[in-house]
Amino acid sequence: MKFVDEFRDAAVVHSLADAIARSTTRPWTVMEICGGQTHAIVKFGLDQLLPPGITLVHGPGCPVCVTPAELIDQAVELALRPGVILASFGDMLRVPGNGVDLLTAKARGGDVRTVYSPLDAVRLAQDHPTREVVFFAVGFETTAPANAMAVLRARQMGIGNFSLLVSHVLVPPAMRAILGAPDNRVEGFLAAGHVCAIMGTAEYAPIAREFRIPIVVTGFEPVDIMEGLLRCVRQLEAGRTEVENAYARAVRAEGNPSAQAIVRQAFTVVDRTWRGLGPIPASGWDLRPELARYDAPRKFALRPAPIGAAGECISGEIMRGVKKPHDCPAFGIRCTPERPLGAPMVSSEGACAAYYRYRQRTPQPVAGAA
Amino acid sequence: MCLAIPGKVLEIEGDDPFLRTARVSFAGIVKSVSLACAPEAKVGDYVLVHVGLAISVIDPEEAEKTFRYLREMGDLDGLDAAPEILAPPSA
Repeated sequence: MKFVDEFRDAAVVHSLADAIARSTTRPWTVMEICGGQTHAIVKFGLDQLLPPGITLVHGPGCPVCVTPAELIDQAVELALRPGVILASFGDMLRVPGNGVDLLTAKARGGDVRTVYSPLDAVRLAQDHPTREVVFFAVGFETTAPANAMAVLRARQMGIGNFSLLVSHVLVPPAMRAILGAPDNRVEGFLAAGHVCAIMGTAEYAPIAREFRIPIVVTGFEPVDIMEGLLRCVRQLEAGRTEVENAYARAVRAEGNPSAQAIVRQAFTVVDRTWRGLGPIPASGWDLRPELARYDAPRKFALRPAPIGAAGECISGEIMRGVKKPHDCPAFGIRCTPERPLGAPMVSSEGACAAYYRYRQRTPQPVAGAA
Repeated sequence: MCLAIPGKVLEIEGDDPFLRTARVSFAGIVKSVSLACAPEAKVGDYVLVHVGLAISVIDPEEAEKTFRYLREMGDLDGLDAAPEILAPPSA
């Protein structure tokens, strides 16, 4: 497959690993933002090709992982209402809320449908004019244009039986929250390439300056990730703190102006609470007031679901890079993809799911312990 | 969820920029993709597709630059040989 195979060339990956090793004189901790990058790193064993001083920690770029449990409870409530079709990306179905997950709601008779694209959910509404179709619109900046298009297209076509349950989040405020925490250990970032394909790179310069940290826009294939890391390590070693673009075949500095215009027509910036990370000001998008009739919580007069008790899941510490999945005492024992305690164990972008799938399935023994 | 897959534009349909679509081939699997966010895409281009929407037109020159740069750094002696695709290590 063009633009995939050449970026998985083993000789190139190994050359880049050698270059990283030659460039490294001190230990550094680098966070990749996006869960897609995390999965590539763990799946291809890229972290195992690195010199011992380089530690990769795994960021919060997993929309399913950061969607609050209370929103999943609302989705479940909607799915169980007569006449409602709850459409969702497949990744959401097994994520535990405070009560049951969407798959259980489906087993109890709720009409839950998996769609590939939000535009498919609009078609579902067209095909079922006597039903109400609610699309669970989760995602980062990458997914926002498609979710925005869905609601704008429904309005254009006069489709009244379509609405969104929105849980949109933004990467730069989360990076600031991670860097501002007293126990932060992240010294360099691999920024999420597809988020930047939409939004461009301008938002990252103030973060690099303010927190004195290199930020390298990075793609998703093994060569991309190793190149992003090489550039990040070279900046760290040289004491530079710049924004670099290592994914220029897909990312322009200005981003995608058409996509940004579509997003602006549908969404406005709001405060959001992130599962595991807590409330972050101005860290998400919600529907603009003039699109209120496509807003499922208003349309169905949903009450905010009660906040659940914090469980054993340490997803917040993992997504801030303070801990790794193997540091969790529940990993692979009380928390598995079949019976997850938290979202990162079920999402195809969750760090715990990656470690469970490709690495040892139980917590690592603590050094020195019997 | 932020994964996007490169595919080749085979055919473009429609004039309304908001409703324009393309038939895009992903190594032989053909799907209909919205071009609302990729108005510059032409037949023969490769686009990055995320949840049914083209989000970027791939710049082939930029794609080549990575390898040119590595070659210049002398880091890539084996590049011109047939590539061996990196496989995930066996579990």
